[in-house]
Amino acid sequence: MAASFSPPADLSAALVLASPTMAEWLVILPVAWCLGVGALLVMLRRSLGLQPGIAIAGLAGLVLIDGLLLTHVAANGPATMVMGRWLPPFGIAFTVDMTGALFALVAATVALAAGIFSLVDINDSGRRYGFYPLLMVLMAGVSGAFLTGDIFNLYVWFEVLLISSFGLLVLGSEREQIDGTVKYGFLNLVATTLFLVTTGYLYAVFGTLNMADIARKAENLRDSAPLMTLVGLYVLAFAMKAAAFPVNFWLPASYHTPRVVVSALFAGLLTKVGIYALIRVTVMLFPVEREELSFVLALAGAVTMLVGVFGALAQTDFRRILGYLIVSGIGSIIAGIAIGGPGGTGGAIFYALHSMLVMTGLYFASGIAIRLGASTSIATLAGLYRRHAGFAALTLMLCFAVSGLPPFSGFWPKVMLVKAALDIGAWWLAAALLLTGFLTMIVTGRLFLLAYWREGADTAGETAPLSAATLGPLAALALAALLIGLYPEPLLAAIQSAAAGLAEPSAYLNSVFPAGGSQ
Amino acid sequence: MEAWFSLLVGIFFAVAVYLLLSKFIIRVLLGVAVLGNAVNLLIFTGGRLTREVPPVITGGADVLAGPAANPLPQALILTAIVISFSFFAFLLVLAWRAYDDLATDNTDEMRVAEPVNEPAPPLGY
Repeated sequence: MAASFSPPADLSAALVLASPTMAEWLVILPVAWCLGVGALLVMLRRSLGLQPGIAIAGLAGLVLIDGLLLTHVAANGPATMVMGRWLPPFGIAFTVDMTGALFALVAATVALAAGIFSLVDINDSGRRYGFYPLLMVLMAGVSGAFLTGDIFNLYVWFEVLLISSFGLLVLGSEREQIDGTVKYGFLNLVATTLFLVTTGYLYAVFGTLNMADIARKAENLRDSAPLMTLVGLYVLAFAMKAAAFPVNFWLPASYHTPRVVVSALFAGLLTKVGIYALIRVTVMLFPVEREELSFVLALAGAVTMLVGVFGALAQTDFRRILGYLIVSGIGSIIAGIAIGGPGGTGGAIFYALHSMLVMTGLYFASGIAIRLGASTSIATLAGLYRRHAGFAALTLMLCFAVSGLPPFSGFWPKVMLVKAALDIGAWWLAAALLLTGFLTMIVTGRLFLLAYWREGADTAGETAPLSAATLGPLAALALAALLIGLYPEPLLAAIQSAAAGLAEPSAYLNSVFPAGGSQ
Repeated sequence: MEAWFSLLVGIFFAVAVYLLLSKFIIRVLLGVAVLGNAVNLLIFTGGRLTREVPPVITGGADVLAGPAANPLPQALILTAIVISFSFFAFLLVLAWRAYDDLATDNTDEMRVAEPVNEPAPPLGY
């Protein structure tokens, strides 16, 4: 029966006939691994004692896989794997380049730190609600978004991470959380729907969804198709995901409501996925349109960083201050995308990676401070330095890092961005970056002065000494910020190669279409 | 035919945006439902409306015999329908819980997470 239907055609024109190599499996492994561990955790949902161990082992495995992937990509250039053996652009392709691999590795590191911190922050009720399975599925969505080479698939990963973030955000079902989730949920849904709308238009114009295929076809369509409309809509959708002004209001309305570890995860991962998508679409797929939009992006970036830092100045709640500082950081990254070139794009990527580590660390610090001081407000928190000098020192390191002071990780991206802005003559953008750094220093300085240095009662909150699971992740992230600040060369080299790969994506295209392919 | 569908999609989007701009969560939810369908129609139209012929290659042939319906938008829409339905279900439950716990469905009055008239941060010790 089957034999009579077998076509005489040459299957090699449409299908990959050779078995995928180990290196190709590595491209898809981060997503498959996370989903597998997540499924295992769902099956073991009644064994609450086992869940944290499995999840932390799973996240450590993810860091290892992403590290291997990064070394592979650094050595051999972008790697591609297609689903169902269909040749691109027919099958859904996963293509990983330096940018995607770097983001994936830092995301996994942040998630591992959060997994360890959750040992003390997530109680049995949180475990029963499914914190660990949701965490693994969130990581599957985040990894998928960083690794996919198909724009509709990117939308699907956005939705995967969004639905698990809903679950994490509402964990505990307190009134405040429900209020925050309503705003977060509706506005993010509108943003991803806008992304889907644009992808529908893009399909109508290009007839393809593969990013490499889009990149090579854009050149010929530039005169006849409304590419500017597409890019404008993408910029709006991703800016909304990244919480850029004027579509940033969902972030400070929701990020201070969930469990501390959930806030920390979101600070490290979610807005940065939006930033990654913005970099991918504007810098790699539509560089000409990015150039046209650069003034709009620069203006949005400058206003975002100032709105963020002024918002932070006006807050009294520790975690709401941090929420506004995330927004401010997003502004700097968007300014880098607007500037473009190796300095601008590289600075944006560097800033994003730095921000993932440092903002997550600061949320950990806020959680410990709230626990020690039994208050969330910097008006009543006091005496933390006297309570635990080591913890205060780690917080101060992260405060310096987020303000962009040397010798911490925030210094180098800021230098790159200011220099790139001055090189293209955008002195006002450089001024906005420096002013934001200065104001951030005031915000964090005041925070440290009031909550840590001010004399206060010794008895408020928990008095037990801080455990390794509490202080360990914070110390690891603070030391990472210090290390990057002191010895940035390896990371800088990787970032420069990532930015070069985005500006000149021929290696990316060759990885998807080995023999040049047919258009 | 595409032109008429575009017009219909435009009407869907107008209705969705009007509802999304409301203060009341129930209307916003209806707006989300209409918006999801607007996008599905848009993708369907974007894939071009061709003849209602299933894209099936008959035995012995290598290519389609003639013009057929474009299967890819249908796959995309199927994905989008599943996703938007699950989101709608989640948001419906969330809205009900919000109404239950916060005793309002007016977003202007939902100020638990961001209280009105918060005290300004202290200016010194």
